Amino acid sequence: MDALLLQILNGLDKGSAYALIALGLTLIFGTLGVVNFAHGALFMIGAFCAVTVQRFLNLSFETIDETQKDFLGNPLKVKTPYVESWFGPDLGAGIIDWSVPLAILFAIPIMVLVGFVMERGLIKHFYKREHADQILVTFGLAIVLQEVVKYFFGANPIQTPEPNMLRGSVDLGMMVGFQANAIIYPIWRLVYFFFAIGIIGGVFAFLQFTTFGMVVRAGMADRETVGLLGINIDRRFTIMFGVASAVAGLAGVMYGPLNPPNYHMGMDFLVLSFVVVVVGGMGSLPGAVLAGFLLGILESFASTTWATTTIPGINQIIIYLVAIIILLTRPRGLMGRKGVMED
Amino acid sequence: MLGLNKKDATLLIVVAALTLCAPFILNPFPTGSAMAQFNAGYPDLMQRFIIFGIFAIGFNILFGLTGYLSFGHAAFLGVGSYSAVWIFKLFTYNVIPAITLSVVVAAIFSLFIGFVSLRRSGIYFSILTLAFAQMSFALAYSVLSNPKFNLTNGETGLQVYADDPQWFHRDSLPDLPHLFGLSMRSTYSLELGAWRFDFNAGYYLCAVILMIVFYLAIRIFRSPFGMMLRAVKSNQQRMNYTGLNTRPYTLAAFVISGMYAGLAGGLMAAMDPLAGAERMQWTASGEVVLMTILGGTGTLIGPVLGAGFIKYFENIFSKINDTVLHNWFAFLPDGIEDFVVFIVHPFIGKGWHLTLGLLFMLVVIFLPGGLVEGGQRIGRLLKGKKKAPDSEDPEHHPKETPHVAE
Repeated sequence: MDALLLQILNGLDKGSAYALIALGLTLIFGTLGVVNFAHGALFMIGAFCAVTVQRFLNLSFETIDETQKDFLGNPLKVKTPYVESWFGPDLGAGIIDWSVPLAILFAIPIMVLVGFVMERGLIKHFYKREHADQILVTFGLAIVLQEVVKYFFGANPIQTPEPNMLRGSVDLGMMVGFQANAIIYPIWRLVYFFFAIGIIGGVFAFLQFTTFGMVVRAGMADRETVGLLGINIDRRFTIMFGVASAVAGLAGVMYGPLNPPNYHMGMDFLVLSFVVVVVGGMGSLPGAVLAGFLLGILESFASTTWATTTIPGINQIIIYLVAIIILLTRPRGLMGRKGVMED
Repeated sequence: MLGLNKKDATLLIVVAALTLCAPFILNPFPTGSAMAQFNAGYPDLMQRFIIFGIFAIGFNILFGLTGYLSFGHAAFLGVGSYSAVWIFKLFTYNVIPAITLSVVVAAIFSLFIGFVSLRRSGIYFSILTLAFAQMSFALAYSVLSNPKFNLTNGETGLQVYADDPQWFHRDSLPDLPHLFGLSMRSTYSLELGAWRFDFNAGYYLCAVILMIVFYLAIRIFRSPFGMMLRAVKSNQQRMNYTGLNTRPYTLAAFVISGMYAGLAGGLMAAMDPLAGAERMQWTASGEVVLMTILGGTGTLIGPVLGAGFIKYFENIFSKINDTVLHNWFAFLPDGIEDFVVFIVHPFIGKGWHLTLGLLFMLVVIFLPGGLVEGGQRIGRLLKGKKKAPDSEDPEHHPKETPHVAE
């Protein structure tokens, strides 16, 4: 029982990332009808927002401390980050320590802006063209974004540690009555999971309970009619693109501590996120979230020693295998709607 | 000639002439001169032109004719490479059985994948092929390289070792892939004054095969079968309504293009007896898509052009560095020279992929027909200057009414 629970928990963090990316993909697909191959790049840009914030906070100046000597006997040079000199050493160190959560504040406007520029500058011109063209142009954009990040940040992964307070693990099993040490779980993964839940809940609430969300949902169902009612649906869809981009970006910001960001992390996640979207059902938001978590958990179960000894390498292929089976037996995916992307 | 009309025959002859004379054409600069870095006439690169050309021709038969965008074609290339290397390991270094087997295995493999993936179309098809290719990559990379059953040798890549059986190998034969004793690496160098031209056996094998498969591609394009594939692209639903089952046609196209990919993989292994899993990764599939689009989808010559273009510039751009740039722009005043080099710097050397990505986006946005369309436009522009531009339809035929969209 505890082993079962542990595997479910283990699948949650990857599942959250899949769900967040797939949610954004589905939002874009459902509103604009565009297949966005550059969505993984948005995830990656989000992660690099955290890297940038961390670098900015660590900008420091050197002072020479006459009282201390380094090993050569020269006066020791002390590096003090600007933040520490502005806010005092304690608060400054705290700010640097919390750079990843702070990066969220920085990432939201950046990602929304990136989303706007992408939609207005490029994708707008591709609504009328074939899906193949959309795939191709966003694929090219993904390459470009990836290479630009590589140019500025290099090819190696960059560590973005979580705050000290949230490091380490917590014994979850004790809390629900298992033996001690049965279920030990890293705190940051829990944070990531709840963060993801929060964002997903926020997006759904936004769509469900606001007038803006209502109009967007109406536009997803029938764009032309909403347009005929005198509503500028294009502008709203652009905003939704910004939202989707911010969701992917935030998923990336918070994923840094779990897996140090590198320039091709987006591509790695993109392929899987597409599979997630297709399994969930093209154009279905709940389907995307559900499929994201399901596939994450499935992957974690397939990675257990029992599974890998029974069928070697099952953890590498399980997601693709499931996707193929689902696509062939339930072509619309788990929760796909009728009439979306059908030919 | 050979059942081709005059235009196609000319095209075939031009391609044949270009490939056969490539060692001359691609080496226009004397060895040792400053421009020699733009020479592409060395065997390794020329082989890559041809092999990727074959790969792209095959991909174009599927994507260009039927419009099915596969994102997993590299899997067939990888499978072809692996089967060729296995022939080298078990039987002989002769390339004929190796290439034959790689085509056959790729055909079987693509028959299976195509049978499953072609049940869906559009974006679903792309994602299914992508999923299959990534699965094959994962299998080849880790699963099929366990000690008990080592089919792919994982990260190291499959290669021929001294203790491999090689049952039909004789000591008199070269210890490298060969064609009845003629080593694929054997090169005849012709020195003509300051120029040096390399004639490589492997390259000419690839070139002959390219001509054959290019001829086949022309025949497929002009055949009723090709017509049917084009009909699938323009409107599959209408085809189905007329009572025609399109699946066998698309499946045949898929398998044919898979065989082309397998052939390319086999040739790749024949030139260098090594097969690695990274050949199957989806970025490799993306590359062939880039080649086809860049050259011109649905045209005969486009994919070959695209493949040559990408491989040539990949090679040249990676070699240019800041010193070279400073030499080029030395005529500019100092400050401006540094500035220009600073601007160009991100796009060269390791930044080649950035250039490629930008180029690709520009082509998709502004020139959906690729280089071929670009050439036609320029051609039309030049012609237009000579003649007074007459209207599109000099005889004033009534325009066909466009069909109402479904």
